[in-house]
Amino acid sequence: MAHVALADQGQALSHPQSFITKYVWSQDHKVIAIQYGLTAIAVGVVALVLSGIMRLQLGFPDTFSFIQPSEYYQFVTMHGMIMVIYLLTALFLGGFGNYLIPLMIGARDMVFPYLNMLSYWVYLLSVIILMSSFFVTGGPTGAGWTLYPPQAIMFGTPGVEWGIILMLVSLFVFIIAFTMGGLNYVTTVLQARTRGMTLMRMPLSVWGIFTATVLGLLAFPALLVSAIMMTLDRVLGTSFFMPAMVSMGEQTDYAGGSPVLFQHLFWFFGHPEVYIVALPAFGIVSDLLSTHARKNIFGYRMMVWAIVGIGGLSFVVWAHHMYVSGMNPYFGFFFATTTLIIAVPTAIKVYNWVLTLWRGNIHLNTPMLFAIGFIFTFIHGGLTGIFLGNVVVDLPLSDTYFVVAHFHMVMGVSPILVVFGAIYHWYPKITGKMFNHTLGKVHFWLTFLGTYSIYLPMHYLGFLGVPRRYFAYEGIDFIPQSALDLNTAITISALFVAVVQLIFFYNMIWSLFKGKPSGSNPWGATTLEWRTPDTPPSHGNWGPELPTVHRWAYDYSVPGAVDDFIPQDVPESEVKMAAS
Amino acid sequence: MLVAVVFMLLVVGSIAFHFLSPWWFTPIASHWQAIDDTIQITFWVTGAVFIAVNLFMAYAVLRYRNRGPDSERAHYEPENKKLEIWLTGLTAIGVAALLAPGLYVWNDFVNVPEDAWEFEVVGEQWRWTFRLPGDDGKLGTSSAYLVNIDNPLGVDPADANGQDDLIVLSNVMHLPIDKPVKMLLRSKDVLHDFAVAEFRVKMDLVPGLVSYLWLTPTRTGTFDILCEELCGLGHFTMRGRVVVDTQEDYDAWRDSLMTFKEMSDVESGDPLIGQATYPVCATCHGSQGEGVVALNSPKLSGQEGWYLETQLRNFKNGVRGAHEDDEFGRQMAPMAALLADEAAIRNMAAYITTFPEHTGDTSLSGDAVRGQHLYRTCGTCHGVNGEGNYATNSPRLRGQEDWYMKRQLQNFISGVRGVHREDLFGPQMRSMSRMLRTEKDINDVVAYINTLEPAVDQNQIADAAMQGGGD
Amino acid sequence: MITIVLFIFAMVGFAYWWLWRQRVLEKPWDDVGPEVDTREEIGRISSAAKVGLTFFLAVVTSVFALFISAYFLRMELPDWSPVMKPEVLWINTGLLVLGSGAIHWCSRAAASKNLRAVQVSLFATGLFTFAFIYGQLMAWGELNDAGYYLNSNPANAFFYVFTGLHALHLLGGLWVWLRTTLRVLAGVELEEVRLSVELCRTYWHYLLGVWIVLFGMLLST
Repeated sequence: MAHVALADQGQALSHPQSFITKYVWSQDHKVIAIQYGLTAIAVGVVALVLSGIMRLQLGFPDTFSFIQPSEYYQFVTMHGMIMVIYLLTALFLGGFGNYLIPLMIGARDMVFPYLNMLSYWVYLLSVIILMSSFFVTGGPTGAGWTLYPPQAIMFGTPGVEWGIILMLVSLFVFIIAFTMGGLNYVTTVLQARTRGMTLMRMPLSVWGIFTATVLGLLAFPALLVSAIMMTLDRVLGTSFFMPAMVSMGEQTDYAGGSPVLFQHLFWFFGHPEVYIVALPAFGIVSDLLSTHARKNIFGYRMMVWAIVGIGGLSFVVWAHHMYVSGMNPYFGFFFATTTLIIAVPTAIKVYNWVLTLWRGNIHLNTPMLFAIGFIFTFIHGGLTGIFLGNVVVDLPLSDTYFVVAHFHMVMGVSPILVVFGAIYHWYPKITGKMFNHTLGKVHFWLTFLGTYSIYLPMHYLGFLGVPRRYFAYEGIDFIPQSALDLNTAITISALFVAVVQLIFFYNMIWSLFKGKPSGSNPWGATTLEWRTPDTPPSHGNWGPELPTVHRWAYDYSVPGAVDDFIPQDVPESEVKMAAS
Repeated sequence: MLVAVVFMLLVVGSIAFHFLSPWWFTPIASHWQAIDDTIQITFWVTGAVFIAVNLFMAYAVLRYRNRGPDSERAHYEPENKKLEIWLTGLTAIGVAALLAPGLYVWNDFVNVPEDAWEFEVVGEQWRWTFRLPGDDGKLGTSSAYLVNIDNPLGVDPADANGQDDLIVLSNVMHLPIDKPVKMLLRSKDVLHDFAVAEFRVKMDLVPGLVSYLWLTPTRTGTFDILCEELCGLGHFTMRGRVVVDTQEDYDAWRDSLMTFKEMSDVESGDPLIGQATYPVCATCHGSQGEGVVALNSPKLSGQEGWYLETQLRNFKNGVRGAHEDDEFGRQMAPMAALLADEAAIRNMAAYITTFPEHTGDTSLSGDAVRGQHLYRTCGTCHGVNGEGNYATNSPRLRGQEDWYMKRQLQNFISGVRGVHREDLFGPQMRSMSRMLRTEKDINDVVAYINTLEPAVDQNQIADAAMQGGGD
Repeated sequence: MITIVLFIFAMVGFAYWWLWRQRVLEKPWDDVGPEVDTREEIGRISSAAKVGLTFFLAVVTSVFALFISAYFLRMELPDWSPVMKPEVLWINTGLLVLGSGAIHWCSRAAASKNLRAVQVSLFATGLFTFAFIYGQLMAWGELNDAGYYLNSNPANAFFYVFTGLHALHLLGGLWVWLRTTLRVLAGVELEEVRLSVELCRTYWHYLLGVWIVLFGMLLST
């Protein structure tokens, strides 16, 4: 059997020589990952500031002259789009995917390194195009991140001059970048796993990112198609989505289009998109829990099947975002059923995470705290999703703050807790240094408790019936002053949590220079990325010889073994057994 | 240790918050109690899961935390098929327990009862209007292509069924209690959503199709209609009211409505008749409607007829100018009372629109560049050039006196104007005006409006000359 | 709607079948050692490139399937009026078939190391494909002259979008064709361009298939 691995085929990786080719135009997956990560986090901070301004208006409505309704809606839109697409998707797939996949499967790099490099620069281009919408006439679009037509391209919504066009072009460019990166991730996982690394020996982080990438490759086209059609409607006057209508008293030239068609296309993308964010988080948190509890992930097979099952099911639930859209109401039966079915594999994952902790040996260091915090907030967010998924329950709750609270919990809080946990967990690998533990724990507690205090009460505003995407709430009889006061309290929590993140940035930067050297495997983890000869891993990752894999990714606390972990590339003959 | 305790406290705290929270569903006003019941069931099931899983997790963290090098080793158990099957089964049962009642109630929502009476809700940026079938029980056909200032709902005049339809141009709709009603939802322009919290049900309005919802009102009262699909800048001001009446009150209200035919047959105002009654107005507003600042009377010339009619009506009915702090508005009430009826109001407005254009005073100073930025929101309704728009019920601003605009803005902000329950668009303007937080904001935006070029309407001057209007 | 649902069903079904073949149902914690991994070869660049292209074609299929779904949905509304079909489309179809044939011949020639044949067939591929694209532009011109603009009615809009999108993808293929042709002209060993030519062949055949589907759809509706 000839198993000659990629690097040893004479397919030379590009070997960078200068500063520019090593750190700028690099084809090394680790550099590209850091580029993605830093860009995504930077743009995420921008979106965080925008949300702070939005909360200022909600918490202190009559106070700030610089927040006008048009700015408010523009910030609502940009905050949402940046966070979902340009931060979460780019960070999990472009950032963590790029860094972890080759290392965890024993490859030297991605299979198409040049394309990989291009994908980052195209992503950066899409970010620049998006940000440029702040500087054009009329400013960015204020149509909401969902960009529903007809309003998104009609007078009356901010940004119809240029903002919406730049948004659509930016998304188009992002999708090109995503496709380039995505092809890399899936092909690398399928083709470049080292000897012995069967699919079922891959850590769940890889499964999560891999499945999410497949979802993305199939789902982003729907966003592409709707963006193309909306751009044509806006720029060339076609009527894909635009029915006959009157705008501000004047007849328009549009006729016959269907706004609901856009919603179908958008959510056909939009629902898998949330799993594109969630599945990598699921995979990564499984590895965090397992490593820091010194215990194999409970029910690995079910976890894999659940990831794959959730991936497949995610394509048939989209119209639960459209229950009140005016679509054929009979669809509600179908989509409510599929949506509640998808709750089952998701619940299994939650049980398995908790069962991983049961009878473990739990080290409550910073990554573990974030992982446990994830479980708690994900349970909450997932359960509120069940309210919304059950079609008739969605009737009073749709477009209220209940929805806002739900999706921030499952998309904003939970995955971000995983992001932090993951960054702390792999920080020693990426930098060779250990971060400050005390600051890490303080960061955790303030962030976790702070975000819970923001979003738990928000659900109840939704029950009351407080609508979302409202600039102000005066004159509504059923909204008591106490609800508006609650908004103020939430704003204060939100601003506090935003400021707390400075602790994280300080810790990361300070530790880079002053942190203690961490050693190659400070957590005692079994997965391959901790087994590189150099820390941080050098170009080509493995030195002269690729590793060979002998076991699955979760041999923790194996009965009879001296150490409480056995790395994947340790042959059976070399495992130190306790004298019996 | 601390971790486990905190998580247990969070569970307890969340439950406590739920039961102590004053923020809960509004008292229901429709028959959809079943929705509330389904939500209760959902709370029980999801609540049980929330408590059980989290407490189990907290206990696990407590019991199995690492206590140093001598801690007990973790247990090695790759999977437990039996346990997983049990958990899957229980979860499936829980899910089914939620889905079954949910779909059952949804089925009720989708299948409208035969005896439900129907009416139409028409939404547009940013107001609600309504249309009821006349005595024939049928609504006439309509089309976006037929919408214009005289036929705002686009009812087809060629359809006999539509002639007796009752048109409600205010944003207040009445419903009789205890009768199932199906609301047909239609939009003239973009997506909207008709939502009344007390009714529980809501549905989007989609241009190009007719959607629906149905309910049976079960208690009398007045309830807010909110638009719940982002429809542009005015989304949060798109408000209306539903009044659930006893049958008698409802019948009385319904009898007061005009039919489509009656509205179409309304004669346009006669400027000559209006001219005859104008002299008393001229004493304050000037013989050519040019306004007299010393008497606090704004310029009338150049303003749209429909707006003049609305304001005269509002003054007459005390909807505007009745507030005790509205020093000058209160002077208008007896003036408006001189106009005996609707016809008189129309005639007066018709005459005023024959006045030639005057440029209003510019007496204020402000930062017009900053004002332009602030004006962006205003321009959405009032027009990019301040020309006004009948569709958004926004009067013309350009060419208007700046001191008058400033006073009106202040009146809106302080609630002197625009809070009367019968004022259809005042509350909207009040919401909008609140974005001007300081006096500087007002001065700046008015300074910008001052820079908007009044288009001298040559036709108006010609018309006035032909009719020999003014003296 | 059905089109895209069927497509996703097919993709997901295939994926699940493939995973089953990869023994994803078995327990991985019992086996120790590398022998469990039965792959014959790992990380060959030609396999990687083909897998990559396959996934890319799945993405492109997703795009076209979604547009086709939207097309069928839109067709049902009362204001639909089918678009005029310029005659030149038949000629263009023929040109594309020839282009596909040419690149196919090219890949056979590359395998049998026939340099002359490779050069001729590459040239032919480019010629026919560019001619196809030119012909499509002529079809657009015909429609425009007859007064059928992009925004006249929905059928027109879809026609322009379908043909435009398809041609854009062909242009992308022509980019790879250009690089391959330049390398051949520069005297590179045939073995080194073989992979490129094979990938181009797959891509051309795929786009021919897409065109036949689109053309058939436009003709019949």
